[in-house]
Amino acid sequence: MAGAIWAVTQTEKGEPKGVSFETIAAGQKLAAALGRPLEAIVVGAGVGGAAEKVAARKVDRVRVIDDAKLDPYTPDPYAAALRAAALAEKPDYLLFPHTYQVRDWVPRLAAALDAGFVSDVVEVRVDGGDPVFVRQPYQGKLNADCVFAGAGPRVVSFQAGAFLADDAAKGDSPAEIAGQAVDLSGVEIRTQVLDTFQEVENKVDLSRADVIVAVGRGIGKQENLGLVEELAAALGGQLAASRPVCDNEWLPMDRQIGSSGQTVAPRLYLAVGISGAIQHLVGMKNSGTIVAINKDANAPIFSVADYGIVGDLFEIVPALTAKVKEARGA
Amino acid sequence: MKIVVCIKQVPERDARLRIAPDGKSVETAGVATEINESDQYALEAALRLAEGTGGEVVALLLGPDAAEEAIRRALAMGAARAIHLNDAAFQGGDASSTAKALAAAAKQETPDLVLTGLQSDDAGWSQTGVLVAERLGWPSATLIMEIESPADGRIKVKRELESGWFQWITLPLPAVLTIQSGIYPVRYATLKGIMGAKKKEMKKLAPSDLGLDAADVGAAGRRVELERLYVPEKTAAAEILQGDAATAAAALVERLQKEAKVL
Repeated sequence: MAGAIWAVTQTEKGEPKGVSFETIAAGQKLAAALGRPLEAIVVGAGVGGAAEKVAARKVDRVRVIDDAKLDPYTPDPYAAALRAAALAEKPDYLLFPHTYQVRDWVPRLAAALDAGFVSDVVEVRVDGGDPVFVRQPYQGKLNADCVFAGAGPRVVSFQAGAFLADDAAKGDSPAEIAGQAVDLSGVEIRTQVLDTFQEVENKVDLSRADVIVAVGRGIGKQENLGLVEELAAALGGQLAASRPVCDNEWLPMDRQIGSSGQTVAPRLYLAVGISGAIQHLVGMKNSGTIVAINKDANAPIFSVADYGIVGDLFEIVPALTAKVKEARGA
Repeated sequence: MKIVVCIKQVPERDARLRIAPDGKSVETAGVATEINESDQYALEAALRLAEGTGGEVVALLLGPDAAEEAIRRALAMGAARAIHLNDAAFQGGDASSTAKALAAAAKQETPDLVLTGLQSDDAGWSQTGVLVAERLGWPSATLIMEIESPADGRIKVKRELESGWFQWITLPLPAVLTIQSGIYPVRYATLKGIMGAKKKEMKKLAPSDLGLDAADVGAAGRRVELERLYVPEKTAAAEILQGDAATAAAALVERLQKEAKVL
């Protein structure tokens, strides 16, 4: 529908990915503020089931682009499909989750539509005029208010966790599901997928952990990990890490929290020697209670923490382990 | 093979940033800079590929006079020559107008590959490499963790997906790849490299040299306007527990038991 807001969902194995509902939540907010219809777009091959799940949310319509060429994911047919659909229906806004897959193909779509693209947005403000999209450049150290310039469709991607999937309101009745025909017969798929695999066997599912103690660059070297392991054990929690620790192979990749690792929301999250780069924060900022231990009082981790201790982790962690053991009567 | 590497000069990771009087940019005077981290990895990947195939690496940078420092560093690391898109019209661009200029410059070189970092440490759009690919009409792949030598006009690369998943794919050349930090250890510039860099070609180009109108690039070509740059308000500032290690630890355990009720 001309002038509509499109929330473009991402599916995986025929299911909508959780972040897709965050995009719908963002779309609901923008649609209400601008008085525009909200349409959810489901793209893939064999995604009828995903479309039904999406249709349970409060959207005006679900459009399904279903084509065998869209599985497995490759950028060429995805960009071609959305370009054709957008040229046919003329939405004003195309909203996406800022996933690795979106980064792989949506800039291509934006360039093909000659559209502006505000990526990795954390907040939307509509103060009566044009919507303002807030980003966090300089690795989250600064905020930037962005607006679109010029005509044409507007493309936006939202940082994981900027909106909550649970805030995507359900509709009173399922939304209409409509097939969106696009002709991909002439689209050449230049990328050939050989193999998709997980590097780590026996993957630890940290998303089920009640308590997580995560360790970062501040631990200095692998031999020092024992300190943090003892704290995790005293709390009955799981040990996790930020990316540099896993890049250095001090802990296996399946312990990594953040945009390239796991997303968690335990009851209690302790960040030890983690400065809190945005790539880490997106993986843990929805945790119940967050504790940060860091030597730098200005570290961004303190802005998401409930409690902080500024100082030398090599003194604080053993003291904390002792107090925890005492408190738990161990 | 011939490889163009797009590099960007950014403030050093730990630099203290101050907002400029225009409220839309950061002060650059007195701020130490470096080549954007993932661009350093892109340069390293390009140098390795070129060494393996007997090719040439061309560094491409859009930026002001001061960005020559980053170009010199790239030349010292081993790039054969450099192109500097340096003109007032190029300044103040967004991802879209910057990519337009980079694509036009890359096209003139007719390379087999264009490499970029996956995103910049300052603006952080994570769009530019893919935008360049679309402008060139070439295939692209992002978040590359490994590159094999090309064979039969195709290149095989390993992509990082989310949650510990990876993927091997191939794509036809010419192509654009955006490189993930950590792909290979980045080499240091040797003294010989630093001395040699002074003699290497550094070509300065303006929009007209690329067949572009000044209105298409830089600030004039923006599709996204930056209204205001500011230090974020701390909304949920942590309660900082004071005292020596034992005192702070005891205070924390008490809060976790009585306030947060998570122990």
